[in-house]
Amino acid sequence: MATATKIRAQGVDVFYGETQAIRNVSIDILANAVTAFIGPSGCGKSTFLRCLNRMNDTIDICRVKGEITLDGQDIHAREVDPVQLRARVGMVFQKPNPFPKSIYDNVAYGPRIHGLAATKADLDGIVEGSLRRAAIWNEVKDRLAEPGTGLSGGQQQRLCIARAIATAPEVLLMDEPCSALDPIATAQIEELIDELRESYSVVIVTHSMQQAARVSQKTAFFHLGSMLEYGDTAKVFTNPDHEKTQAYITGRFG
Amino acid sequence: MIGYLFLLILVAAIAGYVVNRQAARSQAFGSGARFHSLPGFHGAYALLLTGLPAFLFVLVWLTFEGPIVDAVVMASLPAEGVAGLDAGKLSLIEAEVKSIAAGNVFGEPEPWKFAAAEYYTSLRGTFRAALWISVLLVCGIGLYIARRRVAADFRARHRVEEITSWIMIACAGVAILVTAGIIASLIYESVRFFERVPVAEFLFGLNWEPQIPLREDQIAGAGAFGWLPVFLGTIVITVVALVVAVPIGLLSAIYLNEFASARVRSIGKPVLEILAGVPTVVYGFFAILVVAPAIRGAGAAAGIDVSPNTALAAGGVMGIMLIPFISSFADDALSAVPRSLRDGSLALGATRGETMTKVLFPAAIPGIVGGVLLAVSRAIGETMIVVMAAGLIATLTINPLDSVTTVTVQIVTLLIGDSEFDNPKTLAAFALGLMLFIVTLALNVLALRVVRKYRELYD
Amino acid sequence: MSETAIAHSVDWNEPARLRGIARRHRRDLRLKAIGAGALGLAALMLLILVGSLVYNGALAFQQTHVTLEFEISADHVDPAKPEAGNYRAITRDAVFRLFPDVTGRTQQRDLANLISNGVQYDLRDRVVADPSLIGSTLTLDVLVSDPYDQLAKGAIDRATPAENRRLGDAEIAWFDRLDAEGRISKPLNLGLILNADSRFPEQAGLAGALWGSFYALMVCFLLSFPIGIAAAVYLEEFAPKNRLTDLIEININNLAAVPSVVFGLLALAVFLGWFGLPRSSPLVGGMTLALMTLPTIIIATRAAVKAVPPSIREAALGVGASKHQVVLDHVLPLAMPGILTGTIIGMAQALGETAPLLLIGMNAFITQAPDSVMSPATALPTQIFIWADSPERGFVSRTSAAICVLLVFLIAMNSLAVLLRKRFERRW
Repeated sequence: MATATKIRAQGVDVFYGETQAIRNVSIDILANAVTAFIGPSGCGKSTFLRCLNRMNDTIDICRVKGEITLDGQDIHAREVDPVQLRARVGMVFQKPNPFPKSIYDNVAYGPRIHGLAATKADLDGIVEGSLRRAAIWNEVKDRLAEPGTGLSGGQQQRLCIARAIATAPEVLLMDEPCSALDPIATAQIEELIDELRESYSVVIVTHSMQQAARVSQKTAFFHLGSMLEYGDTAKVFTNPDHEKTQAYITGRFG
Repeated sequence: MIGYLFLLILVAAIAGYVVNRQAARSQAFGSGARFHSLPGFHGAYALLLTGLPAFLFVLVWLTFEGPIVDAVVMASLPAEGVAGLDAGKLSLIEAEVKSIAAGNVFGEPEPWKFAAAEYYTSLRGTFRAALWISVLLVCGIGLYIARRRVAADFRARHRVEEITSWIMIACAGVAILVTAGIIASLIYESVRFFERVPVAEFLFGLNWEPQIPLREDQIAGAGAFGWLPVFLGTIVITVVALVVAVPIGLLSAIYLNEFASARVRSIGKPVLEILAGVPTVVYGFFAILVVAPAIRGAGAAAGIDVSPNTALAAGGVMGIMLIPFISSFADDALSAVPRSLRDGSLALGATRGETMTKVLFPAAIPGIVGGVLLAVSRAIGETMIVVMAAGLIATLTINPLDSVTTVTVQIVTLLIGDSEFDNPKTLAAFALGLMLFIVTLALNVLALRVVRKYRELYD
Repeated sequence: MSETAIAHSVDWNEPARLRGIARRHRRDLRLKAIGAGALGLAALMLLILVGSLVYNGALAFQQTHVTLEFEISADHVDPAKPEAGNYRAITRDAVFRLFPDVTGRTQQRDLANLISNGVQYDLRDRVVADPSLIGSTLTLDVLVSDPYDQLAKGAIDRATPAENRRLGDAEIAWFDRLDAEGRISKPLNLGLILNADSRFPEQAGLAGALWGSFYALMVCFLLSFPIGIAAAVYLEEFAPKNRLTDLIEININNLAAVPSVVFGLLALAVFLGWFGLPRSSPLVGGMTLALMTLPTIIIATRAAVKAVPPSIREAALGVGASKHQVVLDHVLPLAMPGILTGTIIGMAQALGETAPLLLIGMNAFITQAPDSVMSPATALPTQIFIWADSPERGFVSRTSAAICVLLVFLIAMNSLAVLLRKRFERRW
């Protein structure tokens, strides 16, 4: 397992209008590892996640301060294009959000807008590869022309993962990807996340301590907009430095 | 007079309220019995029982009083004056008698007309006196009944609520009544029209020349009632309007929904709302004052012959009128697309424009189509702009530079001025109205269904 | 899972890729620019619309007057019968005295046309009201006729050749002479609001139309407000969910989209044809408008009632109130701001509605303001229609001015609605 730093954040503050949502967060996110963000609701973990691909730019009143680098390059630098950045840092959302298009068009959407495929055959290859990678190919290969909204919740979420993979990202951000799914679908997604780690750096926000413990190598604990603790998952869950972390993972608040 | 009558009913009803409430109070106080309903409800019961029947009675009375009085007076006319006259002449005599009764004497009418006028006046007086007495009686009976029912175990609250429920149901029924009235009157007059003009000629005829002679000595065309050229003109103007309104409306909505800063939105939205609130008569005047001369000027400069009543002017201005309509529908439809789709697209690295054109807009199309259908229905039914700016002559053309006429223009021109209900010219307006109602109703039903389906999709 | 590597990888910094991204951003900007252009175009239309109306209408807010001395001699007016006097001669003399050099018959006729035809009647009314004026000389500012009014306001271009002008060189010279003598004045045109309609543009005013619209709106409000609220409350709070209420609901939505001219046909056939109500009366106009406003009020009321949270109903029901009491005591008061907002917007629409009023004859030529809902009248929008149809030049600016008056009312009503919404809007 490589241990190179993929994303480095230093002194990040986020404001919604006058309210500060994130206070001075610094973190190194490793390549080819799963990093879990845990913490009680409203602690800012999702907000921080959305900083990493500059999705917060799409909210008018939101301002981000501090430095975030991807492979050493400042993502807020003038020459960095958020459009390109988001292709490199993919994202999967809490609620499965397939477009009201066919399964094929859903996956092909990213490659098409970015012009990643020169020919139809290339595009077919990307679509198939992404669907296979997302472990859903066998379920949908015979009905690629059907709308993606007709799939079950778990299938929709894997379709969204395939859609995110299709732009060949280096990092995959997942914002509570299993919270809208049943346990079986959740298990499938978790298995998938573990496999994706081989190719991508994965960051997952989760409410479930068990999930964090199961899938992640690193865990960060957020509380009231600050990151209180960050370390190897095993350590954070067995022997946390901070008493708040201890209290949270043992279920005393949250 | 009638105003005072309603005032009388109101006063009686309030009096009933006070009397009954007082009665209930003193009974409750005197006997110590536990009343089922509060005194106020006994009062309200008397109010309803005193006022409501009398009010309805007056409405019914007024509906029938006029025709009855007229019929009685007309029947009393001496035979030598009215023998052998047709309905039109008789109604003229009726009008003359009424105007004499009102004190307006023109020329020198025959003495029997004065007599009839006098009879008319006295008859009306009698009827009015009878009405007042009857109303007093009805109020009195209502109050008497209500007052007698004041008792501990009388469920005044239930009765009052029951009556108000019925009043509310009647009010809700008014909506049905209006639709029924529209359909009934349109069909009734249209049937009378089709007795004079064959249905096939109306539906498939290619000529529309309603200028038929009203009197024998007038020289005019023979009259032709084929509605197709009129309908074609309506379509031409509608198409021109949509060509202006749909692109501008949709693009404005796209801009406001996705790109505009809060500042621009706070200016742009009111601008569109003001455009939507401008009465159509104002748009019509704008068309003849500014737009039509401008188009003709431009045409002259380019060496093209443009009719003074070009469909371009009426249609273009109608398009301006429809911009806010389409834009607000499209804006709503775009806003109804879940935010998660937008986020999903942006997170894949799509630009805002790509997100809009490739995800949001396609997802919103059903809602937008519903809005456009409603706009078409509006354009077809729009009256003032075309009455003022479009032509009167029905020509079978699809050239928007020509002058065309529309269904609504013909309805208005056929009915403006005094005309009786017994010639095809007047009745033709109702036949056109029927067609207009059918076409717009179909469009509205379709549009509302599309929009509803769309809402269900994302709710 | 056998596929270990994804089929593609991307070098985002390759020049072709960077050019592609630049192209996509340009497309994005283009769409944004086109959208802004469309919105700008809509705003421009509004600007031209309002601008042209204000520009044209501004002229009508002033009216040109000329100061003349009228000799009310007993030769022309018999003190015993002042109403039968020859006021036409008096007014003509008043003008002719100023131009003793004008003698020819045709020229004198032209000269007499300098002042409005209505001046003689105005004069008669004054003398009838105060017979002691007979024998005295009255100095009055009176209306000039429309062509001179237009000349004074610069609407007639002196540079155009005389044969294409509405006033000849001699007539312009007369006017200039009066102007030089300081007899011409252009005070604020109160007649625009205070006078009723007239054949002569310089005298025509909106009083009749304003009263007609007022009466019609009163009737409309008195009918549609209670009926609309009762219907909406029934449908929202009491009605069982069945096919009949479904039908009523579909009905109301469709009624809101029925073309207004169809309501005119209904009114013509039913109110005038069957019930024999008086033609051109604000009563019938108001009833027709009420039918059209009803759906608006019902829809607004239902929305407002629906917005009252169920917890309030449950709380009231919980202390033993009946359903009717809950609605009357709690739901309606809380919904009232929303209902009023919807009603005002509906009334504003009714105020601007024209087509149905044309069909019931509210476009008649009526030279006095109505004194009840039964007397014939015009309404503000139909008056605009009548004036827009009139050929005289003076009516162009009057029409624009009338539209400005109408728009002021509409803006006031809509602002009131917005204010009401802002002031009482409640988030639950």
